[in-house]
Amino acid sequence: MVDNKGISIWFFIGTLLLLYGIIITGANIYEAYNPSFGRPTVLENMHFGIWWGILLIIVGSIYFFGFRPWKHKNQNS
Amino acid sequence: MLNGFGLSASLLLFQSTSLLSLGWVDSLVIVLYFLFVLGIGYYLLRFTKTGEDFFLAGRRMSSWVAGLSFVAANLGSLELMGWAAASYQYGILATHWYWIGAIPAMLFLALVMMPFYYISKTHSVPGYLKLRYGESASMLSAVSFAFMTVLMSGINMFAMALVMKVILGWSIDFSIWVSSITVMVYVVLGGLLSAIFNEVLQFMLIWLGALVIPVLGLIEAGGWSGMVARIHANFPAGNFTHLWSTLGSFNDNPMGIHWTGIVFGLGFIISFGYWTTDFLVVQRLLSAKDLRSAKMAPVIGAGFKMMVPFIVILPGLLGLAVMPGLLPQQQAIATGGHSYNEVLPLMLARYAGPGLLGLGVTALIAGFMSGMAGNVTAFSTVWTYDIYRPAHLRLTKKEQPDQYYVKMGRWATIVGVIISIGTAYLVQQFASIMDYVQALFSFFIAPLFGTVILGMLWKRATGPGGFWGLLAGTVSSIGMYVWVKLDPGALGIIALSKYAKPMADDMYRALWCWLVTVIVTIVVSYLTTPRPEAELNGLVRGCTVLPSEGDLPLVKRPIFWAGIVFAVLLALNIIFW
Repeated sequence: MVDNKGISIWFFIGTLLLLYGIIITGANIYEAYNPSFGRPTVLENMHFGIWWGILLIIVGSIYFFGFRPWKHKNQNS
Repeated sequence: MLNGFGLSASLLLFQSTSLLSLGWVDSLVIVLYFLFVLGIGYYLLRFTKTGEDFFLAGRRMSSWVAGLSFVAANLGSLELMGWAAASYQYGILATHWYWIGAIPAMLFLALVMMPFYYISKTHSVPGYLKLRYGESASMLSAVSFAFMTVLMSGINMFAMALVMKVILGWSIDFSIWVSSITVMVYVVLGGLLSAIFNEVLQFMLIWLGALVIPVLGLIEAGGWSGMVARIHANFPAGNFTHLWSTLGSFNDNPMGIHWTGIVFGLGFIISFGYWTTDFLVVQRLLSAKDLRSAKMAPVIGAGFKMMVPFIVILPGLLGLAVMPGLLPQQQAIATGGHSYNEVLPLMLARYAGPGLLGLGVTALIAGFMSGMAGNVTAFSTVWTYDIYRPAHLRLTKKEQPDQYYVKMGRWATIVGVIISIGTAYLVQQFASIMDYVQALFSFFIAPLFGTVILGMLWKRATGPGGFWGLLAGTVSSIGMYVWVKLDPGALGIIALSKYAKPMADDMYRALWCWLVTVIVTIVVSYLTTPRPEAELNGLVRGCTVLPSEGDLPLVKRPIFWAGIVFAVLLALNIIFW
C-alpha cells in the first residue's frame, strides 16, 4: 500500500496508536495517584487504562518503527 | 447488516441528559483522530492524479489493506450500537448476521465472483452489468444505487448525530457538519485511496476502542461460563446463549424466526446480495493490486468479520449478565429508565477511565466516518462512470479526457455530501423516512444478486433477460412490502407461517424476489438471442480462461485460507449451537 512510493498506511496507524498509548497511560497513571481526576468506574482498582495504554504503545511502536519512512530512505541511499 | 435504523428512530423519542461526559484527555483523543484523518487526506492528494487513482486507488492495494477496508466500510457506528442492542434483546441469535449472514457470501465472492469483477476491469458493479447485459440493466442498477447511497449516507449521518446527542449531549448540527465536512475533505483530496487509508485506520481504532468492553466485562462476569450463569440467573425463562437449538420453530426464540429463514433468506440471499453486489464494499476489492490480492482480500475480511461479534454481540450479552433491567425504548421513556439501545455506551461508561472513554467514542465516530466515506466514494464512482459518462457520450458523441472525470468525481463527492446533509435534515423533520429508505435499499439488493450471479455463471443469459429480471425482482419486492404494510396478515403468507414476526419478512421477501429475478431472467433469455461466446470472455464462467494458481505454494492460495475460515465458521457454530 503505497509501499513503493510514499509513506505506508501502517506508519500513520503506528503513530496515532503510539500517541494514544502515551496519552492514555499518562492520564491513567496520574489518575492512580489522584483518584478525583477521573470518574468512578467498575474494576478501577485494576488500573486497566494503564495496561491498555501500554498495549497501545507496544502495538503503535511495532507499526511506527517497522514502517518508518526513513528506513527506506537509508536503505536506498 | 443494517440494524441502526430501528435504533436511531427510537432514539428520536428519547429525551434525556447525556449518558457520558468527556474529560479533556478524552477530547484530546478525539481531536487527534480528526487531525490525523484530515492529514492523511492532504498527504494523499499528491498520489491522486488519474481516474484510476481517484476511483480505484490506483489498483495497488495489498490484500490486507483491501480486506480490512472491505470490512471497515461496513462497520458503521450504528452497526456497533444497533447489534449490541439487538444482542441484549435477542441474545446470541444476533451473531447470525455476522457468521452465516456474512462469511459464506464473502468466501463465495472471493473464489467465484471476484475473478470476473477483476478481470473485466470494471470500475463498478453497474459497470459490470453494462459489459455483461448492456446499458439498460446497468443504468437501472446505477441510478437506484446512486440515489439510495446518498440517502442512506444522510440517514446514517443523522442517526450518528442523534447517537452523539444522546450519548454526549453534542448538538445535532455540530455532529452533522463536523463529521461530514471532514469526510468530504479527505475524500475530495485523496479519493478512494484516502477513503481506504482512513478505513484501515478506523478499523484499528474501532477494535482498540471497543475491545475494552468485552475484556473488562468478561473479567467482571467471571469469564464466559460466569456470564452464561449470570444470564440464566437473571433471565430464567429466556434462552439467550444458543445459536441454532431454538430455531426449530418460530415460537421458540425471541426473534420469531425459523432456521430456514436464517439459512436461505439471510445466509443465502440477503448476505450474498449485500456482500457480493453492493458496490460500497465491492469497490474496495477492485482496488487490489492483482487478482490474487483481490481474491485474498475478502477471505482476510471474512476472518476479521467472524471476530466482530466479540466487540459487538458480546457487549450485549455481558449487559444481560451485569446490567439486567434495561428496557424497550418506549418503556424506558415512560419510566425514566435506560433502554437496551443504550447498552454499548452504558457499558463504555461502566468500564472506561480517562482516555479510554475518548477512544471508545472515537471508535463510534470512526465507524460512522468509514461507512460514510464508503457511501460517498461509491456514489461518486457510479455517478461519474455509470450515469454521467454514458449520458454525456450519448448527447455529445465525444469522449472527455481522464482529468475531466477526476474533476467530475471530486464534484460528485461534494454534491453527494451536500445531498446527504440535506437528507439528514429532512429525516430530522420526518423520522418515518428512515424506515422507508431502509426498505427501499433492500428492494434492490436481492434482485441485483440474481442478475449478477446469472450473468457470471450462465452464458445463455441475455441483455433483455438481465434487465427484465432485475426490474421484475425489484417490483415484486416492492409489491410484497406494500402488501404487508396494507395487510399485516400477508406476512404469514410470505414467511410461510402465521407465527412469523417482522424480522422474518425481510428474509422471505428477499428469497421470493430473488427467485422472481432468476425465473424472469431465464425465461426472457430463452426468448431472446444470446451474445456470441467470444464477447463474453472475461465476463462469464465457461467463456473465460482464469489464471491458474497451481504454481503458488498452498499457503498463498486464496482457496486454502477460505477453507480454513470456513472450517472455523463451522466450528464456532457447533460450539455455540
